[in-house]
Amino acid sequence: MKLHTISINNLKRRKAKMAFLTIGLMVGIATIVTLVTLTRSMSRDIESKMDEFGANILITPRSNGLSMNYGGIALGGVSFDQHEIREEDLAKIKTIENRKNISVVSPKVLGGAKINSRDVLLAGVNFESELKMKQWWKIFGNEPKSDHDILLGSDASKLLDLSPGDNLSIKGETFKVAGVLDQTGSQDDALVFASLAKAQKLLGKAGKISMAEVAALCSGCPIGDMVTQIAEKIPDAKVSAIQQVVEGRLKALDQFKRFSYAMAGVVVFIGSLIVFVTMMASVNERTTEIGVFRAIGFRKSHIMQIILLEAAIVSLLAGFLGYAAGMGGARLALPFMAESKNAQLVWDTTVAFGSIGLALTLGLLASLYPALHASKMDPTEALRAL
Amino acid sequence: MALIEIKNVKKQYTSGDDVVEALRGVDISIEAGEFITIMGQSGSGKSTLLSVLGGMNHPTMGDVEMAGVKLYQLPGEKLADFRSQNLGFVFQSFNLISYLTASENVMLPLAIVKMSRPAKRSAARQALERVGLAGKLDRLPNQLSGGEQERVAIARAIVNNPQILLADEPTGNLDSKTSEEVMALFRELNGAGQTVVMVTHNPENSAYSNRTITLKDGMVI
Repeated sequence: MKLHTISINNLKRRKAKMAFLTIGLMVGIATIVTLVTLTRSMSRDIESKMDEFGANILITPRSNGLSMNYGGIALGGVSFDQHEIREEDLAKIKTIENRKNISVVSPKVLGGAKINSRDVLLAGVNFESELKMKQWWKIFGNEPKSDHDILLGSDASKLLDLSPGDNLSIKGETFKVAGVLDQTGSQDDALVFASLAKAQKLLGKAGKISMAEVAALCSGCPIGDMVTQIAEKIPDAKVSAIQQVVEGRLKALDQFKRFSYAMAGVVVFIGSLIVFVTMMASVNERTTEIGVFRAIGFRKSHIMQIILLEAAIVSLLAGFLGYAAGMGGARLALPFMAESKNAQLVWDTTVAFGSIGLALTLGLLASLYPALHASKMDPTEALRAL
Repeated sequence: MALIEIKNVKKQYTSGDDVVEALRGVDISIEAGEFITIMGQSGSGKSTLLSVLGGMNHPTMGDVEMAGVKLYQLPGEKLADFRSQNLGFVFQSFNLISYLTASENVMLPLAIVKMSRPAKRSAARQALERVGLAGKLDRLPNQLSGGEQERVAIARAIVNNPQILLADEPTGNLDSKTSEEVMALFRELNGAGQTVVMVTHNPENSAYSNRTITLKDGMVI
């Protein structure tokens, strides 16, 4: 017989009350787990989408010029004091505060070249990062593997009348068409893609790049902050954010997250209130019992131990059940909430331990006053109750 | 030196403007091994005196000395410790804990004592054997008769070998036959050296004691 025997036996014998208490707290914890898991899973879903959407930060050379552009038709530019980006500067991007959120950096060098007596825009790219960023590209033929492999945009392929496996010559050097892109509806259709190093050499821009695209995983990393951080590292470049649509979605998700936390807060408050009221009622019901404990020599601390241990057991149980129910709820709700049909549920140990810890903390805090009240009961109350 | 020395104990209760004097200067001396019954009509101050004796009710005035210790001068929770080590209580309504078995109820006072689990079980079993309930260790209170519940309450009161056993109307809820059995049990315990102080309104019970103290309007007469 120890103090915990009293707590455990009381809970065993008063199953209905214990169940009510557990359910009250469990609902609160389950709501939090569902909302947190849903927002995390939806964030992860959007993050993975951002990879598919491509770049969300663009790095171009800074110039003190005016872009002559009207309705999407480029009319040339009035530029002076044009700065250039050195390829080595790109390494600095990996040193920014939010570097962990950077998924892909894809540098490009652009310049005019002649193929089969026709003027084309040659784009030197790092094929590995370019293909990772532009996951929507569909290539007929093969992905370029060597420095002498070329990838043609669909329009460029038609204009030059070249197909996968054909050879072509640029500035006296022979290249092989490894593949042709399916129509993308973007500027990529008109481009001739070569490896970055080879294009730099052909265009006489060794070590320089014309622009770089950056894809960032941006849940919890404001694109604006990353733009500022990159601009600080590469002062000669103009860094701008694109993909406002995705940003908009993230903002909506952020609002949902805030709403979720507010709702979770309310539910937790109600759960705590249930624990408080039930424990208080339980203590008042047990006036005589507590008086007997005090009469036979239990200290105030012993009474508190009994009440708080009961609260701890119920809270832990509510934490476990709440986590399980919450994850179940999130699993059921995710297909209706996420944009992708195959959005994955995020299983996070922080949420698991957090929910159990939160249940325990709330249960104990809500039971603290009832426990104190019980410990301060006058033992003569037990005798008077006779 | 007396085991219990009560000197000029007064107890007043205040209710609004009214002051009720439950005890008006009580002096009692009880020797070790005595069996005392405290009698008196309802409202005479019997239960108040017992609660003062039990270290649960601070007197408004006067001293209560037990085994050489001035009870109400003990600091903080030392009074609770004193109760745990020196006193055993038997209540009128038995006050067994409904969710604990007979042996667990008996072991209650030992829950806060450093003892091995087998030693606690053995002490509970011995106490229940002394009150004639050896075969009902695992029964819950609602599975026991009134007399049996009273016996469990007595076993709980003696399990830690207290110097003084305090009983408040222990036969108040029992039929006459069971009352006789319970009083015989108290006499048996007293015969083994246990000091017993019992509050009762039943004159027949005083026949079992060595001495009867009668209270009237908060005073010993």
